[in-house]
Amino acid sequence: MSISREEIKHIANLSRIIVSDSELDKYAETLSNIVDMANEISKLNTDDVKPTAHILESVNVFRKDEVKPSFSREKILENAPTKESGCISLPKVVE
Amino acid sequence: MELYSLTIHEIAKKIKLKEVTIREVLDSVYSRIDSLESNVNAYINLTKEYAYITADKLQKKINDGLDIGFLGGVPIAIKDNMCMKDVKTTCGSKMLENFVSPYDATVIERLESAGAIILGKTNMDEFAMGSSTENSYFKKTVNPWDITKVPGGSSGGSSAAVSCDMAFAALGSDTGGSIRQPASYCSTVGLKPTYGLVSRFGLVAFASSLDQIGPFTKDVTDMAIMLNAIVGHDDKDTTSVNLEKIDYTKYLINDAKNMTIGIPREFLSEGLNPDVKKSFDIAIDELTELGAKVIDIKLDYIKYSLATYYIIATAEASSNLGRYDGIKYGYRTDKFENLLDIYKKSRTEGFGDEVKRRIMLGTYVLSSGYYDAYYKKAQKVRTLIINDFKRVFDSCDVIALPTAPNTAFKFGSKTSNPLEMYLEDIYTVPVNIAGLPGISIPCGFDSSNMPIGLQFISSAFEEKKLLQLAYTYEQNTEFHKMKPNI
Repeated sequence: MSISREEIKHIANLSRIIVSDSELDKYAETLSNIVDMANEISKLNTDDVKPTAHILESVNVFRKDEVKPSFSREKILENAPTKESGCISLPKVVE
Repeated sequence: MELYSLTIHEIAKKIKLKEVTIREVLDSVYSRIDSLESNVNAYINLTKEYAYITADKLQKKINDGLDIGFLGGVPIAIKDNMCMKDVKTTCGSKMLENFVSPYDATVIERLESAGAIILGKTNMDEFAMGSSTENSYFKKTVNPWDITKVPGGSSGGSSAAVSCDMAFAALGSDTGGSIRQPASYCSTVGLKPTYGLVSRFGLVAFASSLDQIGPFTKDVTDMAIMLNAIVGHDDKDTTSVNLEKIDYTKYLINDAKNMTIGIPREFLSEGLNPDVKKSFDIAIDELTELGAKVIDIKLDYIKYSLATYYIIATAEASSNLGRYDGIKYGYRTDKFENLLDIYKKSRTEGFGDEVKRRIMLGTYVLSSGYYDAYYKKAQKVRTLIINDFKRVFDSCDVIALPTAPNTAFKFGSKTSNPLEMYLEDIYTVPVNIAGLPGISIPCGFDSSNMPIGLQFISSAFEEKKLLQLAYTYEQNTEFHKMKPNI
């Protein structure tokens, strides 16, 4: 398999996703299969090819820096899981 | 003939001439939804109250002799990854189950200013990741042509709704085929516009260099009308291009004589269902008889599209979905000890399997030591694929391909092996990689009476050629008139 159990643990941590020990093999197998398929492109010679990020030719699209109406604080806080005194509340992160 | 079974161009005219009221039209389509929805499950959420309020406002305008727009009073459905003010936008995910959009997507504003009424939000694969709509957290949408089969995906709810008259048209989004493939599976017309043609402001991001919004309609005429409504520059989306506005209905011309169609024959062998191949060949013969010139073309790198797609799309998804951290909005876990715990548990509990798989794959191809071998390499192959298409469009106007290698499959038959599911997108992903427009139109049925789609692809911003060829084919065939018996 091209991706090991150890690598799955590492990727899961980077992705901020919990993968239980019992799921490691399943993830290693499916992700390896997909990566093996994707590896097909490794045989192409692309030394002199420029990478494409997106197909448009536009770069650095700017707009005028004008003040426009925005959302009210209350409106945005409506979607916050927990809030307090007009702020989104969180567990303490600094000791 | 029931009102719900009409097309946009038919119903809009009746409303304008006051042959029917907008309330009657809404009653008709909502009663259709009431009678079918428990079987079809096309919608996540209906916006009935808003729809009737809007209908009454529009009707008053008509009665006062005012213009209500070319979509005046036409009820339309929206895939649930587009924001509509004060309405839930779930993206088919537990993560956004209770998310209420504070604003309208630009496409919603555009539809409304043309007079359309939003019926509700349609079901989809979670975060638009999937080809069957089975990855929705909420429900399984069925294919109205056979309720034991999938409608395709990820915009399965939108296509199913249009195919059985539960909406006059719908919007979907297409990152690797998510409009065209369900259009093919359900016998609707589906168009993925050129990257940049339609504003994506208010569309929940999946893979930003590939995503594009487009319509599902009952025929090609309606497609031109829908494009007229949603196309146009938007300064809220930096990838939105600023082009002169054109009237797409001008290209509804029943004539293929000036068209050269290119067919990449080599790409039509492995894994292609014989019934699909047969319908495709017959369709090409018909287009030849209608005067189109058909030539063989070679696209050397197109076979690398799927590999390229799954690297680029997952990389961008892993980055885009980083925003779901359980803090500002979206699902937050109940039990946690610290901040890292909130992130991990909220994401683990809030995302489904396919989404987690793609985030992890994307994280892998972007991670230290693999970036050059995968992500950068895929971006280079993307250049090769784009150049391939550019070269071919020097010798033809339109490329024809089947939309999908198979017709709709049974529920659960491809869920155990993700790769098998990904292969359903083999003919649609190259279009997204190259940012081109593609349309799927009904072109036949397989031996079990499941719909087959025909795909046309043109060079960037040449949607008018797609519409002309699709219209010509449609005007000379009957497939678009067939309806599922549900």
